[in-house]
Amino acid sequence: MRFVLKTNYGQDINHFLHNGQRFWYGLLIAALLLAPFFVDRFYVGELTYLLIWVIAGTGLMLLIGYTGLVSMGHAAFMAIGAYAHAVLFKLGFPFGISLLMAGLVSGFLGAVIGIAALRMTGIYLAVATISFAFIIEKIVGEWTSVTGGHRGFVVPEPVMFGIDFGSDMSFYYLCLGVVIVAVMLVLNLLRSPMGRAMIAVRDSEISAQAMGVNLVETKTLAFTLSAFFTGLAGALYSHKIGMLFPENFTIFMSIKLLILVVVGGIGSMHGIVFGAIFISILPQVIAIVRDFLPTVIAQRRGLEPLVFGSILLLFLIYEPLGLYGRWVKIRAYFTQFPLYRRATFKRQKSYLRTERVH
Amino acid sequence: MSLFEATDIGVSFGGVRALHDVSFSVEQGEIFSIMGPNGAGKTTVFNLISRFYDLDQGDMLLDGESIRKLAPHQIAERGIARTFQNTELFENETVLQNLLTAHHTHRQTSFLAEMAFLPKVRKQELRFREKVEDIIDLLDLQSYREQRINSLPFGVRKIVELGRALSLEPKLLLLDEPSSGLNPEETEDLSFWIEDINEELGITVIMVEHDMNLLGQVSARVMALSDGELLTVGTPDEVRAHPDVVKAYLGE
Amino acid sequence: MDSISLATFIQLLVTGISHGCLYGLVALGFVLIYKATEMVNFAQGDIMMLGAFIAFTLASGLGFAYIPVVILTILFMAAFGIALESAVIRPMIGEPPFAVLMLTIGLGFVLRAVAGMIWGHDEKEFDTPYSIDPLLIGEVSLDYEQLVVVGVTILLCLGLWTFLRFTKFGVAIQAASQNQLAAAYVGIPVRRVVAITWALATAIAGVAALLVAPLQLIYPGIGFVVGIKAFVAAIVGGFGSLAGALIGGICIGLVEQFVGYMFEGAYGETSVYVLLLLMLFIRPQGLIATLQRKKV
Repeated sequence: MRFVLKTNYGQDINHFLHNGQRFWYGLLIAALLLAPFFVDRFYVGELTYLLIWVIAGTGLMLLIGYTGLVSMGHAAFMAIGAYAHAVLFKLGFPFGISLLMAGLVSGFLGAVIGIAALRMTGIYLAVATISFAFIIEKIVGEWTSVTGGHRGFVVPEPVMFGIDFGSDMSFYYLCLGVVIVAVMLVLNLLRSPMGRAMIAVRDSEISAQAMGVNLVETKTLAFTLSAFFTGLAGALYSHKIGMLFPENFTIFMSIKLLILVVVGGIGSMHGIVFGAIFISILPQVIAIVRDFLPTVIAQRRGLEPLVFGSILLLFLIYEPLGLYGRWVKIRAYFTQFPLYRRATFKRQKSYLRTERVH
Repeated sequence: MSLFEATDIGVSFGGVRALHDVSFSVEQGEIFSIMGPNGAGKTTVFNLISRFYDLDQGDMLLDGESIRKLAPHQIAERGIARTFQNTELFENETVLQNLLTAHHTHRQTSFLAEMAFLPKVRKQELRFREKVEDIIDLLDLQSYREQRINSLPFGVRKIVELGRALSLEPKLLLLDEPSSGLNPEETEDLSFWIEDINEELGITVIMVEHDMNLLGQVSARVMALSDGELLTVGTPDEVRAHPDVVKAYLGE
Repeated sequence: MDSISLATFIQLLVTGISHGCLYGLVALGFVLIYKATEMVNFAQGDIMMLGAFIAFTLASGLGFAYIPVVILTILFMAAFGIALESAVIRPMIGEPPFAVLMLTIGLGFVLRAVAGMIWGHDEKEFDTPYSIDPLLIGEVSLDYEQLVVVGVTILLCLGLWTFLRFTKFGVAIQAASQNQLAAAYVGIPVRRVVAITWALATAIAGVAALLVAPLQLIYPGIGFVVGIKAFVAAIVGGFGSLAGALIGGICIGLVEQFVGYMFEGAYGETSVYVLLLLMLFIRPQGLIATLQRKKV
């Protein structure tokens, strides 16, 4: 176990508490930077998907994990980002500008939904966001003059400052850059008053208000930023898949994002990365395992959703803090060995007392 | 001019009058208590001041300005902080984060500056932290600083909530049954703290309280409510001996 | 809009109401579970789908007659509800609502996948003794399937309302939902109440399944779409009210049919979601409000 002697308050504000952390995160970034030189092209592509999931997950985590607002329709913001970027870029806007504008368009629509969501909580919001996603899916499908509808929309090759980002490797670096910037921005927010206000809203709206937190401002901002990052992820995603169809952005994508957030670990930035790794790797693992299964099961459709769904159930019942929560426990076990007590992480249960009238 | 003044305030819920025609004023620097049997409307007074409920009648003035149309967060901005009967803390955060959150009204940075974490944001954070440390020293919370609220016993939570309200640097502090759930020792500490808060920090306090000892010890004036109506206002001894108050507690 | 003939109008009306009743029935299941446990069961539609496949298997695979199919399906679904509650839901008591919501979404995923693996993804037909030529009144032709849906829904709702209002058990459900701990203290077997509520809700899903099966073709995804619309119905009606769920269901059934007719089938489904968003803007507490602000 490491003890850090704190000598000024600034240390608590810094992202890294000690040099050990600085070293490990530095190593991680170095590994990510060097990865394309050592792994197969296929895996560079897969890593890029992973990075895009991290960006989208950052958006959703800010909303669900830190502000406590559940969105079950985040695929809509991916779609808005993807189509806005593809359309603007095709119209001739420079790559960087159209990328940013895609995020802003998505963020703007997020703000609209956020304002509508002000009076809703929990389940109402969840269903409202699903509805929003269905409507967006329909609009994308029907507005053929702009989106190409179900015939698809070909996304042009990404070119910025005359550099072609079309190759797997350069696009990977672009995504890595966006990931680092996005994660830093959100981490900074979370150590500032606005981020604390969001967490306050998550834990107790009433007492957040009593402490001077403006609910309207905070919730709307959370929705806007969340939609912005998810839209950005959508814009990058559009290049990765090359051809856009409404079917790319269904409710199943929204649920995949939710699984990312829950399985990764709600309310933790590390959780986003764990969750993204989980949803990227699981299909591959299933594909490998399929070879060893009896044909009766292996050939059936639905193995993937079955495994996804079952793992989600198991996590919710046995490890609601997700992969990151499990990791914290394992680490605690080793650092405190042999003094570790399971009760340290015992969850508190509460009994239901309703506020309903009848 | 009084610091806070309520004139003929009243509210009803679904036809039931929870409070009506209650008037009182609180002077700068005083500790004003509200007592009464369960369901008398004590907490309702606080929820009206916090603007969680809308007034049906009457008006409330802070420094001579009406606050009846403000949003709940604007009440905090005007310098009114409060605690809750059964504590309403940010459960999944540490004590330190809870207290820092209360500095929200003193925030001078935009979210864009915060996301970029400009030097002024860091400076502001350091300033908030120093002030929070003063509160932690005052209430002896050092050993709980990095602990999450959901791992703390109820007595400590009450103190943390008091600390959080103080971190807002209010001019008027509303304490909703601060001693409920505390043991006698903790209650005694509490009475000293309330006096300190009042005398050293110069904060005016309105307190809903059942504990007669605490009430008599710290407050200058007491208002007694029963069934949403004002019975009497006076010194603790006067109110305790008032026939209507005795009747409200003990029946005919 | 072109002028609409009376016959078409009545036909749309009946179709809308019968679809609406179906949404309402599934919504009843949500509302029942919500009232007893304040949990939101997003898998209710998929549970209905399971019921439809069970009925199909009993009828086509095992050759049972219609009445035994009805009884066995409902019994099976009730048993399934109890099993589900004890295996998956009980560990979640006291967890935050979001976790329960996610859990039921996951459950829906699993049910759909399992159904797809067992019964395949092609559409199946389910016939009933009343799947006969439609009833003709003048120019209006009415399917018996639709009329049965409406009739059964009304009966079931009346029965359920009486049950909750006047039986000891119904009152126990309400008590358990108001304050679990206090209900346990006064001797209400809260666990059993919750288990039976789930059984009741899944049995209702079974009834909905028996009604929907002859009306549409059966496939694993059928429950998801119906489930979401039922959800919208519950919200439009004001979550937590049985009558509201039914009224909400009929509202969206009608909107869906008429808007679908106006745009020649294109926007019927989408209109439901637009209706929901409008509703949430204008009257977020639903037609019959049951929620109020948390007390401090």
